[in-house]
Amino acid sequence: MNEKAVKIEDSRDVVRARHEGREMARKLGFGPADQARLATAISELTRNVIQYAGKGVCVITDASEMGIAKIRVRVEDHGPGIADIDQAIEPGFSTGNGLGAGLPGTRRLVHEFRIDSKPGHTVVSIAIVRRRA
Amino acid sequence: MKIAILKLRDILLTSIHVDLTDEDALEFQADVLEMVKKTEAKGIVIDITAMNVVDSFMARILNETASMVKTLGAEAVICGMRPEVALTLVEMGRELTGVETAVNLEQGVDKLRELIKRRQ
Repeated sequence: MNEKAVKIEDSRDVVRARHEGREMARKLGFGPADQARLATAISELTRNVIQYAGKGVCVITDASEMGIAKIRVRVEDHGPGIADIDQAIEPGFSTGNGLGAGLPGTRRLVHEFRIDSKPGHTVVSIAIVRRRA
Repeated sequence: MKIAILKLRDILLTSIHVDLTDEDALEFQADVLEMVKKTEAKGIVIDITAMNVVDSFMARILNETASMVKTLGAEAVICGMRPEVALTLVEMGRELTGVETAVNLEQGVDKLRELIKRRQ
């Protein structure tokens, strides 16, 4: 299984992570729109890590199965966590200064979206899927 | 990463050709304002043809930069957005509102000239 882990510690890592995501999407035959969706989603999630947790990790995995191309991205940190997940994915909601207010937007870009958060551990998992011709 | 800003008679032209970090984007914003002021340009065209990701932060920077240029007394046009970037921004609910846009550099310069004429 092809997997890339990018440490998220400063804003250069955000660029690195979205680049890796885009590359994997391209290699797996996703079109420009899905490449942009995935890269943008990774950008939003990894920026949240820097903004709210300081550091974390972004793991991009080729989770393709027979007949289906699939990329799973797991963004994980050990920051304060998200107190109210339902509120966090409400459009327009942000506890920050609007820099990384991307959760509702990010959710709309991807096929799968899941948040698990408790104080000290937050994992956001997303995936994009494409049926192979 | 420094983005070059070129002066062409009374307007400025710039093209974001690399993937910018957040700090780079903020530096670019400051450079644009500085150059508009220094050259007394009547407007600027910002070409984003090469950008394959415009996330909510970058969208905000572009929006703000255009507003700031206007506040200074000049005009701004953003041109060359890729279709997949437009699609992603709208899906996220982050359109560039209140910003003048054009399909390519040529139309961007035409539009800027038009805006400058209207202001005078």
